[in-house]
Amino acid sequence: MSLDPATVRRIAKLARIRVDETQLGQLQTELSGILSWIEQLNEVDVEGVEPLAGGAQGAQAMALKMREDIVTDGGIPEQVLANAPDRIGNFYAVPKVVE
Amino acid sequence: MFSELTLVAARDGLRRKQFSARELTGAFLGAIEALNPRLNAFITVTPELALEHAAAADAALARGEQGNLTGIPLAIKDLFCTAGVRTTAGSRILEHFVPPYESTVSANLLRDGAVFLGKANLDEFAMGSSNMTSAFGAVTNPWTRQGDNAPLVPGGSSGGSAAAVAARLALGATATDTGGSIRQPASFCGIAGMKPTYGRCSRWGIVAFASSLDQAGPVARTVEDCAILLTSMAGHDPKDSTSADRPVPDFAAACRRGVKGLRIGVPREYRSEGMPPEIEALWQQGLGWLREQGAEIVDVSLPHTKYGLATYYIVAPAEASSNLARYDGVRFTSREDGADLTELYEKTRAAGFGAEVKRRIMIGTYVLSAGYYDAYYLRAQKVRALILKDFTDVFRGVDALVTPTAPSAAFAQGERMDDPIKMYLNDVFTVPANMSGIPGLSVPAGLDAQGLPLGLQVLGRPFDEETVFAVGAALERAAGFAALPSMRAEV
Repeated sequence: MSLDPATVRRIAKLARIRVDETQLGQLQTELSGILSWIEQLNEVDVEGVEPLAGGAQGAQAMALKMREDIVTDGGIPEQVLANAPDRIGNFYAVPKVVE
Repeated sequence: MFSELTLVAARDGLRRKQFSARELTGAFLGAIEALNPRLNAFITVTPELALEHAAAADAALARGEQGNLTGIPLAIKDLFCTAGVRTTAGSRILEHFVPPYESTVSANLLRDGAVFLGKANLDEFAMGSSNMTSAFGAVTNPWTRQGDNAPLVPGGSSGGSAAAVAARLALGATATDTGGSIRQPASFCGIAGMKPTYGRCSRWGIVAFASSLDQAGPVARTVEDCAILLTSMAGHDPKDSTSADRPVPDFAAACRRGVKGLRIGVPREYRSEGMPPEIEALWQQGLGWLREQGAEIVDVSLPHTKYGLATYYIVAPAEASSNLARYDGVRFTSREDGADLTELYEKTRAAGFGAEVKRRIMIGTYVLSAGYYDAYYLRAQKVRALILKDFTDVFRGVDALVTPTAPSAAFAQGERMDDPIKMYLNDVFTVPANMSGIPGLSVPAGLDAQGLPLGLQVLGRPFDEETVFAVGAALERAAGFAALPSMRAEV
């Protein structure tokens, strides 16, 4: 699997990571190398195999626990906002989104 | 001398009033001050907090209250959120993050009286096998090759935890294991490290990497020390729906069970080509030790072993790309300004994440993207099911498996950095346990020709950590591993 520069740009856009044009070549090589390597999975016969999503299914073979749909925490805006890079009142602040 | 104590011996000394928790903690803080500038095992040291914890422990001991860990100084991997203490995950993007809450595992340790010395260095977001990806600098392995002072890696991602314990800067440490991040550094640093069954410890408050694989566990000098730490760390937590609602056994008691009558499997697929002969020899020696103690050794097959790593490098980046979406420059990270919100996200994440983290997020984004999901992610989930089935089949006939922990001893800082896949190959023997959720323990078992430690790995049935500890302790007794790293505290 070899990725073209346009695909690397598209992945970076989807991942919301800015990639300079100067870094594009190296990323293209590295990502293509990793993807080629993982393509060895194509030789495994997976016909009729149910996909396994989680460790809990694997280790415990049990359904995930359910809980009551009730409020158990909250009312702590100062703690919630304590690490915000910018805030206005009890809100996170971001650059203007709508003109 | 405090540096010579195991966790068990320190606990006995505290209970017998041979020394106080404050004396013990002071000695370890002094050791950190002396050696951390060279090892960089801690990102943050919290001496005031440690002495507060120690004073509380002394008061409890004076009242006759003996918790499982009262007065025991520990290092906490900087992936566990600690209330009021900066938690970086080894990333620039969380450089100033101070959690307002305590992770369940670290809260359990505090409940049982532990003393926290500080936050241990790690690969950024636990993504790495060398601790070279930390934004806060590499960790130096306290071991060096005979006649060669080249700084070696401690392994990763829990490199700071393992180096701190090996250099006697802490009696034990928390760690996490997504693909080998407890066991491989334990092997590289000549200590014991236990990844319990997925669900044994709550993941709540641990910075998430790959949620279906991440599991917390201890590293310590001995197998029994790990067992004691895990007894405190484990347990059901309603805040993590994947944490197991089952009783926590007395893991330390299991260390004394012995292996008489146990059937130990040797997976033939782990005998990889190019394995150093001394690792192969140590493996055979370990099996011989178990046979001498009454175990039966059985050849077994795990046919999908060779696909474990490739499966891992789809599943783990996919989950990471989703988990790390939260670092957006809005809620709890540093921020790079942008003209609009998208530019803010893109610039914040470009500046805040290191190269390996970006690679993994992008691989994960790609394998989950429209048109590629079935070919990569869904196929990997099916191979994952086959890897689990291999183990399920084998554990019908054997009680545990014994393998090498890693395909090499510790390597030099800067080695294997030119090609990401070379670094990934470190985890070939450890990844299958994460894919299947089973417990795995690394035990220091011998030295290579250059005087570096090598570990053997014990794998067991889901939620049968007791047998894993029994086999690990038997290996430990027979190995009598007494070698010491060249850099270590003497306080």
